[in-house]
Amino acid sequence: MDLSDLDLDAAVAAITAATEAGELADLRKRLVGKGSPAFRTRESIKTLDAADRPVVGKAVTDFTKAVEAALEVRAGELGPAAPTEPPLDLTLGTHGRGRGHLHLVTQCQRELEDVFVSLGYRVAEGPEVEDDWHNFEALNFPPGHPARAMQDTLYVDLGDPEQVLLRTHTSPVQIRLMESQPPPIYAVMPGRTYRNETVDARHSAVFHQIEGLAVDRGLTFGDLAGTLETFTSAYFGKKVTSRLLPSFFPFTEPSAEFAITCVFCDAAGCRVCSQTGWIELGGCGMVDPNVFLAVGIDPEEYTGFAFGFGLERMPMLRYGVEPIKTFFDNDSRFLSRY
Amino acid sequence: MRVPLSWLTDFVALDAEPRAIAEALDRLGLEVEALDAPGEEITGVKVARILEVRPHPNADKLQLCDIEFGDGTTTVVCGAPNVVNGMVVAYAPSGATLPGGFKLERRKIRGEVSDGMLCSSRELGLGEEHDGILPLASDAELGMDVRDLLGLHDVVFDLSVTPNRSDAMSIVGVARDLAAHFGVPLTVAEPTVDVSGDASDISVLVEAVERAPRFTARQVGVTMGPSPDWMQRRLTLAGMRPISNVVDVTNYVMLERGQPSHAFDLDRLRGPGLVVRTAQVGETLTTLDDVERKLVPSDLLICDADRRPQAIAGIMGGAEAEVHDGTTGIVLEVAYFAPMGISMTSKRLGLRSEASARFERGVDPNGVMRASDRVVELLAEVAGAPIGPPAIDEYPTVVARERIRVRPGRVGAVLGVELDGAQVRESLRPLGIDIEEIDGDAEAFTAIAPTYRPDLVREIDVVEEVGRRIGLDSIPRTLPHTTEQGGGLTARQRARRLVADVMVGLGHSEAMTLPLIAEADLSRIGVDPAATVRATNALSAEEPVLRPAILPGLLKSVAHNAGLGLSDVALFELGHVFGVPPKGQLLPDERDHLAFVASGTMRRGPVEPDRPVDVYDATDALHAIVDALQLTGVETTTADHSGYLRGRAASVVVGGVTIGAVGELDPAVLASFGALAPAVAFEVDLDPLLAGDRRDQAFAPLSRYPAAAMDLAFVLDESVPAAAVVATIRKAGGELLEDARVFDEFRSEALGVGRRSLAVALRFRAPDRTLKDTELNAVWQACIDAVVKHHRAELRS
Repeated sequence: MDLSDLDLDAAVAAITAATEAGELADLRKRLVGKGSPAFRTRESIKTLDAADRPVVGKAVTDFTKAVEAALEVRAGELGPAAPTEPPLDLTLGTHGRGRGHLHLVTQCQRELEDVFVSLGYRVAEGPEVEDDWHNFEALNFPPGHPARAMQDTLYVDLGDPEQVLLRTHTSPVQIRLMESQPPPIYAVMPGRTYRNETVDARHSAVFHQIEGLAVDRGLTFGDLAGTLETFTSAYFGKKVTSRLLPSFFPFTEPSAEFAITCVFCDAAGCRVCSQTGWIELGGCGMVDPNVFLAVGIDPEEYTGFAFGFGLERMPMLRYGVEPIKTFFDNDSRFLSRY
Repeated sequence: MRVPLSWLTDFVALDAEPRAIAEALDRLGLEVEALDAPGEEITGVKVARILEVRPHPNADKLQLCDIEFGDGTTTVVCGAPNVVNGMVVAYAPSGATLPGGFKLERRKIRGEVSDGMLCSSRELGLGEEHDGILPLASDAELGMDVRDLLGLHDVVFDLSVTPNRSDAMSIVGVARDLAAHFGVPLTVAEPTVDVSGDASDISVLVEAVERAPRFTARQVGVTMGPSPDWMQRRLTLAGMRPISNVVDVTNYVMLERGQPSHAFDLDRLRGPGLVVRTAQVGETLTTLDDVERKLVPSDLLICDADRRPQAIAGIMGGAEAEVHDGTTGIVLEVAYFAPMGISMTSKRLGLRSEASARFERGVDPNGVMRASDRVVELLAEVAGAPIGPPAIDEYPTVVARERIRVRPGRVGAVLGVELDGAQVRESLRPLGIDIEEIDGDAEAFTAIAPTYRPDLVREIDVVEEVGRRIGLDSIPRTLPHTTEQGGGLTARQRARRLVADVMVGLGHSEAMTLPLIAEADLSRIGVDPAATVRATNALSAEEPVLRPAILPGLLKSVAHNAGLGLSDVALFELGHVFGVPPKGQLLPDERDHLAFVASGTMRRGPVEPDRPVDVYDATDALHAIVDALQLTGVETTTADHSGYLRGRAASVVVGGVTIGAVGELDPAVLASFGALAPAVAFEVDLDPLLAGDRRDQAFAPLSRYPAAAMDLAFVLDESVPAAAVVATIRKAGGELLEDARVFDEFRSEALGVGRRSLAVALRFRAPDRTLKDTELNAVWQACIDAVVKHHRAELRS
């Protein structure tokens, strides 16, 4: 039995002399690893007399523990090992393009759809090419009615002259919906609309609208006003309030324009709101009885309300996007900004 | 409609501030687009007379005007066509200011010094008129401040009047609403005229009674001259240019009462009388604006007794019998024309006038004679009109006032406010609506609408009036109880959102292109433009085609980006396309398409090198959509498609039906759009995709036993699609084969032309046990045998 190989002082001195964390692994191997004196001593235990075994065993265990403790202390003093690879630079860039972006109009449309879905509405859709009945006549625009001149219509070379057209508003979807199902109806109708008008910063021949329709027993103008208030505060925030002023649309009566307090100046008056503190958002009103008669709903039993506004206008107001053409140029810098 | 405050106060006493009046007008539905106080911003502008107009030596379109302005003379440069010697004008000298904060300075214009300028109506903030210099009263005192002359200390409400409110196209009508709103009386004096003699000096024949239900004419002697300052001032503030006393009076009454009228020069009519008839085919008339108008039988004409056209009824007078400096007698025509006819002719001719705007909304048939008397009353005052004979009044069927049954309970129920019967009745009376109780009907009363409110016909029209009176904004806001219906998106709407989200997740951005495109855009991608639907009156005549595909629009967007130095883009669009209508259907075959284009390079760096886009960028997107929608049975089979490179495209097939194409775009096609190669794309019909078979989604227990992975490589003919090989392996592998995937494609001379090697990675696993070597070898061999047999393949060792 020879315990002289287990020279703890020499081992600790060697550990203390180490100058790099990397050396400690070698020392551990040399002092307590496979083939080390401590290893060999432990291996030799089974050949010893039974009486000697605990003594030698304890000596080896004590030596090993002390070496491990010294290694740990020295490792703590030296700090982590120097990496073998060059340093990582995660600011180099991304791997590929990352995620893409929904068009800002789609984002806005989804946001509004979700607000109304949470109020119990469904989302209805219809064709962009319409007939005169759905776009005008059933909506209480008789032929030759001056209100038709309010909307510059793009006609399509189908059917009789001026019978088929690109819808000037999403309102024909109201008619299709009421023709296809009995009340109650609570629906919003987003979609693309067309006007034959000169393009400027705020107007485009092609744009999007979202329209709402509610038909039920006992609906009132107050319900319309409350619904619009709920929507404007959900989209623009609580500090925005809405205002309703009498207006005219053939398919609603009473009709109103609805405006919100200017989001740019908090209603203090600025260039965007022409110093009025108000920004016009869209039109609304109670469904005209003639519209109900056109689709076979009894206007004595049911009342309803409708409202509509331009979709592009929402992000134009929220972010100041202009001109409206920006939405359709698909400049990738614009698309990836939102 | 421009409404000067001073004119309103002729009829209603308003002591509110202009801002408060504007607010009231807004609340009444008479939207104030602008509140003009032109005098606030004008300083130093004086009345001047033009002494001589001389040509500008260096500019054809400019002139030099020598002017005198009371205490001096000077010269200004002027480009207006209407300046003449002796004309009295508004002169803004250097140092003067004009609306918009514009300050005048002495400056050279094409080498000639201009000492200030002469002003048009628009420059003085008096409306949009900008065709020439505003002429002032010829007897105006030179050097006078134009604000005093023109009454520019006034305030003008510029109203946007909705098509239903014909009554509000007049000062009196606006005053009536304001009187009701502020609870003060409306005072409109009845005109007083003296008449004598026999009306039969002139004749009137109305042949088209349904188009002119009321027609009046009277003969009036006049002395021509300018109208007085006060009248010119009001007309100018209202945005009309003063012309002569006779014309100004008719315009004045039109603005005041909403009733247009027309003065014909009696001597220039062929025959002293008027005939009202529709036009004949081929007839023409030169109108006051010196434009020859071609007429059609739906146009209504006012002719002289000789049946020669002298005016397009309700729209514009003719040049021939226009009043002029030498006119001594006029035939004054005041009528009620049917709105629809006026609207149609005005629209057809593209000719809108102050008169047509009023007739097409509907004037008051019972106010016609009062307006005629008002014109004569004013002519007596300003044009020395002697007492004339009474008017001829052709009014065979008197238009009765509408009698409307109104239930106050219903009014409250529609508006959502508690209103008692008295409140409803009292809110209507100030608008000129009379109330009559109905015997034995406690629920309702009869509202008798004035004939100046043709928009009041039904109970709901009266509901709107009550709403206006109480203020729509003061109605308590409530929410409907939508308990009968749950909100939500349809399965299709959710699937469409998912498709867009998948594309976005892959790094592609959503575009929105215009659905109206050019024929050439279609030809470029090899689509026949003949089989399309088009707009007949598109403003942009070059782009009349309703897109049958989205790809051309996306390629234009790709080109637009490339032009901005943004050549690496990946765009998709989800939107409607239009095909010719199916047989028996009026409307086009309209459906949703999904299209995608990626161009340039796919950025991978710096970790890997960037790489050019390749066709797998397109098919990967399709596969991701197929996976997200849990579809099965969607295949891509190699086939040529127009727009794509030959041999580098495939059909997208669902349930055996081709729903679109995918592939590498032809560089020539890209170049024709101004886009750069390489670019890859797909376009598919969305609904067949959404309606495709869904894969079995029943849960299968996940085996916990070890897997065995093996690779196989085969040499086969190029004509054998990899998908067919994988399908054969899957069939042969049965339930023990968990996954099979091609991981390498290889060609070489040694393999021979038309042959390639495909390497497939297989993973086997049993659901209930560890696979024994013998089992594994058997199934592995079965896979090899199947491929060798079915595809004339050789196993590579």
